[in-house]
Amino acid sequence: MSAVLVVEGLTVDYVTGAEPVRACDDVSFELRRGEILGVAGESGSGKSTLITALTRLQRPPAVTTAGRIEFHGTDLVALGPDDLRKLRWTSLAIVLQSAMDALNPVMRVGAQFVDVLRAHDKTLSRKDAWTRAAELLGMVGISADRVRSYPHELSGGMRQRASIALALACGPELVVMDEPTTAVDVVMQRQILAQVLRLRRELGFAVVFVTHDLSLLLELADRIAIMYGGRIVEIGTAESLYGKPRHPYTRGLRDSFPPLRSPLRKLNGIPGSPPDLRNPPPGCPFHPRCADRFDGCDEQRPELLTIEDHAVACRLYPSGEDQS
Amino acid sequence: MSQPVLEARGVSKLFPAGRSTVRAVEDATLALQPGRIVALVGESGSGKTTLARLLARFYPPTSGEIRLHGEVVKGKPRAYYSDVQLIFQDPFGSLNPLHRVRYNLERAVKLHHPKADVDQRVAELLERVSLTPVEQFIDKFPHELSGGQRQRVVIARALAVEPKVLLGDEPISMLDVSIRLEMLNLLDRLRTEDGLALLYITHDIASARYLCDDIVVMYAGRMIEGGPKEDVIADPLHPYTQLLIDSSPDPERSDRPDLFDAEDLGEPPSLIDPPAGCRFHPRCPLAMDVCRTEAPPRTELPGGRWTHCWLQEKR
Amino acid sequence: MIMLRSWKVRIGLSILGFFILLAVLGPLIGGDPRANDISSISQPPSAHHLFGTTQFGQDVLAQTIAGARGSMLVGILAAAIGTLIAILVGVPAGYFGGAVDNGLNFLTNLFLVMPVLPLILIVAGYVQGTGPFVIALIIGLFGWSGGARTLRAQSLSLSSRDFVLAMRMVGEPHRRLIFFEILPHLTGWISAMFLHGMIGGVMAEAGLAFLGITDSGSISWGTMIQAAQQQSAVLRGLWWWFVPPGLCIALIGTAATLVNFGVDEVSNPKLRQARRSVIVRTRKVVSA
Repeated sequence: MSAVLVVEGLTVDYVTGAEPVRACDDVSFELRRGEILGVAGESGSGKSTLITALTRLQRPPAVTTAGRIEFHGTDLVALGPDDLRKLRWTSLAIVLQSAMDALNPVMRVGAQFVDVLRAHDKTLSRKDAWTRAAELLGMVGISADRVRSYPHELSGGMRQRASIALALACGPELVVMDEPTTAVDVVMQRQILAQVLRLRRELGFAVVFVTHDLSLLLELADRIAIMYGGRIVEIGTAESLYGKPRHPYTRGLRDSFPPLRSPLRKLNGIPGSPPDLRNPPPGCPFHPRCADRFDGCDEQRPELLTIEDHAVACRLYPSGEDQS
Repeated sequence: MSQPVLEARGVSKLFPAGRSTVRAVEDATLALQPGRIVALVGESGSGKTTLARLLARFYPPTSGEIRLHGEVVKGKPRAYYSDVQLIFQDPFGSLNPLHRVRYNLERAVKLHHPKADVDQRVAELLERVSLTPVEQFIDKFPHELSGGQRQRVVIARALAVEPKVLLGDEPISMLDVSIRLEMLNLLDRLRTEDGLALLYITHDIASARYLCDDIVVMYAGRMIEGGPKEDVIADPLHPYTQLLIDSSPDPERSDRPDLFDAEDLGEPPSLIDPPAGCRFHPRCPLAMDVCRTEAPPRTELPGGRWTHCWLQEKR
Repeated sequence: MIMLRSWKVRIGLSILGFFILLAVLGPLIGGDPRANDISSISQPPSAHHLFGTTQFGQDVLAQTIAGARGSMLVGILAAAIGTLIAILVGVPAGYFGGAVDNGLNFLTNLFLVMPVLPLILIVAGYVQGTGPFVIALIIGLFGWSGGARTLRAQSLSLSSRDFVLAMRMVGEPHRRLIFFEILPHLTGWISAMFLHGMIGGVMAEAGLAFLGITDSGSISWGTMIQAAQQQSAVLRGLWWWFVPPGLCIALIGTAATLVNFGVDEVSNPKLRQARRSVIVRTRKVVSA
């Protein structure tokens, strides 16, 4: 299948102080049609920076200093603001963590759909646009009589679903979701995920789903990229990442979620703190917290190498061979 | 079972909101025993934080009573606070950004042990929460510490008081995933070493299972089910508990038939005008006529389990 | 001092510093403001009298310098009194809430709706011998209510912050909670309030002097303008008599506004984000 999105060597710096801070370092991945790519990372992993760079919503002091973001063969990094605007909504849509607060509080929910729909399809009549708005809200389980509600009349979970529907209004091929379920409760989270999965099946869009919650991605995503210290340290299918994580960080992260059903054993998480990007450790960014580090981990920075269905950046797997 | 240290009996809290009232907590009953951890699980708006703040005496209950060592608490809370301490959710908010670690701990030690060797005790406290080497942390400001380190300082400050009860209001939910378990292990160690009674409030049922002995589930201001954790999770009695467990992320999930339609799970009711009868009945696929009119009583079941559900009452 | 990063703060503080210095060192450099030079009456600026002379042959420069002392003294004193009362009323009201709040808030609202200027006029007219200290006291006593309201609101929100609750649970007494946990967070507000009070004091003093309330024997920018007005300096074109004191008052106002804007920009990240230097630097990286 063809790739919708190809990211190559994406590097983002923040140029606030005297020394630029590298928040995203040489990130590369591919996204196929209709695929859900999960990006998991903690604070300082660079995942939020990656999102703003991908969607070109980045603002100073963040600067993309290297790399390409190829969306259907067009390099987004080189694109001007006008071309970007044409691309947004119709091909590339975004759902943010606080999307529920992004709805205009003084406009009826339906009217905001109508605005978006008619801005991208000038031939659409006002009446048809309202009908379409009701359909879109129906896709996320919001009944048609809510079209004329104001955002404050909807619950947080409903607003979040409405903003997902709004993102899908113009039939994008790629939806970037930044922690879309972090601000809602577990039950609503389950409902949103079920709806996203069904809509993906029906409409065939691809998703980049960014979150700190790896356990969620294991159920949702086709493939998962683990970020640490601004880089992807491991990327592979959800099954292989859960069943056979290679990178010590991935393993530690997986074992940071206590099981819901299987027998309990003592778990330790990962000792130490996530790295400070202003003052990154030399060599592998994970080495200060790594139980498996050995001579040289504090000097050499491991490259992302492919092993079978899976790529990992760790010196335990020097030539891309599986050791374990 | 030993005598509970801290108890809530039939506690309710209503907040006035204009002309109406918010029924934040109704008829909550809870007992904390030394050396045991109770997890209070619920979604936002279930009343779990209000209950924690009632137990921390930030405001008085509208009705019902709170008992410490079997005696009803009243009057000024100063003496109460040498037995009960609360750990806040946000480690960034619960330390004054203008004070060093040392100041926070020294104040707590001086207030409770005026004759002690302050420096030595402060060092001991930092060691107990594994902030070692002590010199590396003692003179830091909060903004120089990571979230996990801050939460350790907060716990150390609470321990300086030598409390009998620790209330943790989602103490790990704002920390990075990889350091949460260390924090839970620390709480578990304190329970074992000091025989602390611990209330662990969370929305994450998996972490509750990891840490606690007993689980209590709240929904829309009411307690709906409680009992030993493995029993409650393996065989929930109340349909809402079932929903909560089914909704939690679980990579080992098997494809079993769900009681609920995952695309339409509904939402908790407004606490200003909650539904009559069982508060879960509008979302409950098993609701009966009686559920719509009468609130279910507490049904005690063998093995220390209980629930508020007409289904169990009928059995 | 992060605040000094803003050029507005730097300029504003320099102007204020200049006038405070002038007030302190005035007597050493200014010459005698009361000396009457009968040989030059109502003379425009010249080499001998840089700012010209008044109708009474007094040197305007010497008077302006001496006036700085009078005006600044009243301003600072009034600000100190007003700020102190605002703290004593506003912080406990916000912190304790309940009955304390009701009482103190009532007092604040009372002073807030009082017609301050007429009251000052009456009190100042009633009190005998209205020297700078009395004037400062009156201005301070009547000008604290706005500040108290701000501090009350701030203390109210601070006192329910987790770190205050946590220290209260540890057993900190109210006194320490107020002075060690809450008050340090209000320093920004308090210093802004003090600056405002100072400007307000300088202006109020000028206004009162202009209306002839103050002791005409004391010298301030206000009394200078009043004297000029009484001698119809405007009609007679003696601009050098009233422009210097007026300009000084305007400069103090400008300085305070600059400091306020600057502090706002530094402390409000939303305004800071668009700082020109950052954007320029970003552009450089992009084009490189």
